[in-house]
Amino acid sequence: MKHIKTLNTKRLQKTVKTGGCGECQTSCQSACKTSCTVGNQSCEHKN
Amino acid sequence: MIHQFKNNGYNIVLDVESGAIHVVDEITYDLIGIFEGNSKEFVVKNIQDKYPEVSKEDIEEIYDEVQGLVDDDVLFTPDVYEERIEDFSKNRPVVVKALCLSIAHDCNFACKYCFADEGTYNGQPRELMSYEVGKQALDFLIHNSGNRKNLEVDFFGGEPTMNWQVVKDLVAYGRSQEKKYDKNFRFTLTTNGLLLNDEMMEFCNKEMGNVVMSIDGRKCINDKMRPTINGKGTYDIILPKFKKFAESRHQKRYYVRGTFTRNNLDFSKDILSLADEGFKEISMEPVVAPPTADYALKEEDLPQLFEEYDSLAREMVKRHGTDKEFNFFHFMIDLEGGPCVYKRLSGCGSGTEYLVVTPKGTLYPCHQFDGTKGFEMGDVWKGVTNIDLQTEFKGCNVYAKPECKKCFARFYCSGGCQANAYNFSGSVTGNYKIGCELQKKRIECAIMIKAATGSEE
Ligand code: SF4
Ligand code: SF4
Repeated sequence: MKHIKTLNTKRLQKTVKTGGCGECQTSCQSACKTSCTVGNQSCEHKN
Repeated sequence: MIHQFKNNGYNIVLDVESGAIHVVDEITYDLIGIFEGNSKEFVVKNIQDKYPEVSKEDIEEIYDEVQGLVDDDVLFTPDVYEERIEDFSKNRPVVVKALCLSIAHDCNFACKYCFADEGTYNGQPRELMSYEVGKQALDFLIHNSGNRKNLEVDFFGGEPTMNWQVVKDLVAYGRSQEKKYDKNFRFTLTTNGLLLNDEMMEFCNKEMGNVVMSIDGRKCINDKMRPTINGKGTYDIILPKFKKFAESRHQKRYYVRGTFTRNNLDFSKDILSLADEGFKEISMEPVVAPPTADYALKEEDLPQLFEEYDSLAREMVKRHGTDKEFNFFHFMIDLEGGPCVYKRLSGCGSGTEYLVVTPKGTLYPCHQFDGTKGFEMGDVWKGVTNIDLQTEFKGCNVYAKPECKKCFARFYCSGGCQANAYNFSGSVTGNYKIGCELQKKRIECAIMIKAATGSEE
């Protein structure tokens, strides 16, 4: 029996090295302009 | 730290610092709950007492599996970010990459909950932004954006279509500067739909990366809170236009966006009503209002609101993969391609990379601060001159906020809305409790939907 199913997620620790380019969308800007959420945004840095 | 929760029959364990998500069975869920800081013997014994029907060997096997996750840095992962936070908040040079142009401090609706006081923002005079001010704002953005290529400009108000010619002229001006400065403008627009016509739709489809169409859901709800200035209902006027607009954009790059208040605590019905009208990209925001307003959300409403989010999430799982499927903005979460930790921890960017420009050319930290006394940051000619305020906003990261620091949602929420924090706690690093509770609930629902529909490693 399988006890643990791990979903496919990006490891946040790894982005410490690759991230920070700042090209991504400003959180509040083009979506809905009240509740800022970043979890649903996408990274512009394709690698 | 980890966050454990149960939703829609799923037992979920979120490893906050790595972002890993584990869907586990009951025994494993309980075992993880007592894993940290205890010996293997203690943990196994404890679980054995609780599940006498399971053999010791099986429990030990689960224990070892869990230990394996810890060894792989996907469970109980330590926080390696706090010590570096200054590098990507305070010590980072400020570049402006997004402007909200309050192109019209005027509106042709009289929405009861409008934070902008029907477009006047704290009682400033009704006025339209001139082309000259807008052009100067775009120049200011170009020259203060460093080597950022993508620049965002949102046409906001009030109601931006009331100043349509200036919108078009500014888009043309922005485009004319792109090559010269190696920039790429992403224009967006928010509208209430009253003046929306075919020509506007066509223009937006060509030029606007995203459009937000404001509508509150069911007709009775919409018409109660979003009347025209003459007090008439607006639903029947705007709905057909929005449908046409959404279709003309192939059901992409737009949101129909509503606000729910104490008048419709059953807001999931409003979302489903929009979905049943055929909209595929839907957002519904909790109203933010002074506690004295009769439509303001109260803490006692939270259990009902949680249940609304839960039932909405269950419905979305049901519709997944059918032609009735739709996106709900706050349940969208990009687990595989989401932003880097810098982005996640550094907050919304108001007052630093994001500013609002008033019709007069004054800069404020964001649209929610437009006209708030003491929050003037400078103007589009001289740039940001209120450096103290800029520094204060620059320091607004999740580790600067005591509540956020220990919150499981911090990598998805990035510390909440500074304007709300200020309005409710008197400080931009404070918290707005109801907002936080709802945010956390939405993130749990979003993760559950992924657990129910997503892919496994
Ligand atoms: S939900 Fe509230 S406490 Fe948690 S990170 Fe967001 S603003 Fe901070
Ligand atoms: S999250 Fe709040 S403070 Fe930040 S930009 Fe949006 S409205 Fe302004």
